[in-house]
Amino acid sequence: MSPFRRSNSGDVARERLRVVLMQDRISLAPHLMERMKEDLVDVISRYVDVDRGKIEVQWRRADGEPALVANIPVRSVKRSVASNDRASERVL
Amino acid sequence: MGQSLVITSGKGGVGKTTATANIGAALAMLNQKVVLVDADIGLRNLDVVMGLENRIVYDLVDVVEGFCKLKQALIKDKRVEGLYLLPAAQTRDKTAVTPEQMKNLVGQLKEEFDYVIVDCPAGIEQGFRNAVAGADRAIVITTPDVSSVRDADRVIGLLESSGFERPVLIVNRIKPKMVDRGDMMDIGDILDVLAIELIGVVPEDESILVSTNRGEPAVFDGSSRAGQAFRNIARRLRGEEVPFMNLAEVQGLWGRLRKLVGLE
Repeated sequence: MSPFRRSNSGDVARERLRVVLMQDRISLAPHLMERMKEDLVDVISRYVDVDRGKIEVQWRRADGEPALVANIPVRSVKRSVASNDRASERVL
Repeated sequence: MGQSLVITSGKGGVGKTTATANIGAALAMLNQKVVLVDADIGLRNLDVVMGLENRIVYDLVDVVEGFCKLKQALIKDKRVEGLYLLPAAQTRDKTAVTPEQMKNLVGQLKEEFDYVIVDCPAGIEQGFRNAVAGADRAIVITTPDVSSVRDADRVIGLLESSGFERPVLIVNRIKPKMVDRGDMMDIGDILDVLAIELIGVVPEDESILVSTNRGEPAVFDGSSRAGQAFRNIARRLRGEEVPFMNLAEVQGLWGRLRKLVGLE
């Protein structure tokens, strides 16, 4: 292998493909994305009061890696969170 | 009762027709009764790859529309016992046939033949739906490049959602030298992302173009490396355990010598 080569194009191809396929597969199943959003909100709502209508979940690229980025506006934190251990046990 | 296979890829130009011709001929060489069905209506090519273009009288659409009997449209390949071709129509388009009609047709052929191999057109529209309609198993073919593997992934998804439990993969046109240099994805990379079973690896081989020029499938040529790879695939389809070809050998003596003295 030549020492002057920057980076092997085969590796570049593999990485690009990995990201593209992830995005393809998700975009082909938009209902899954919706369901995941609902589930996320359900879990988070046990602890904080969130604004369901304003939730955004998107694919982004962070340092070349695909990442799920969620923006969930919080209205208020529930008072019961700190004291109610049972609730957190149920969640776990 | 035989079985039906569809050879598909999504992307065009990755070797569906070549694979269909060669796997079919190789199965016939293993004493199987084989019929190749060209489902690429409007863009038929299996006939020229097989070298049978001058013997077409009737085609698939004629059969479906009842202009002739199924047997009348079958072209017998005289080079090997038990090999037949059902050509596509050239002057019609994909809408001339429905998936239901294809299913019927393939079902009828399965009664006569051990293997019915359907050459699928590129794309994922009606031509694809027609081609997969009657198939029991699916073979997905890809080349080691980003666009072809991406399309293969899409096709695998479509196959799985139409009830194909375990499509298998052929990686075509591998260039071992480029893989060694790191400038081509290797088989492991491709299997990693597609996550399906591998049934064959076919090296890039000039003899394929020569064989297409002449209309003689490469499996008839004992010295063709690609032909050897396709013969191996046929044996694996028969359920035999055949080790995958050592791709280093494909480079030949000269390539190995160069490597030995550090030129590569």
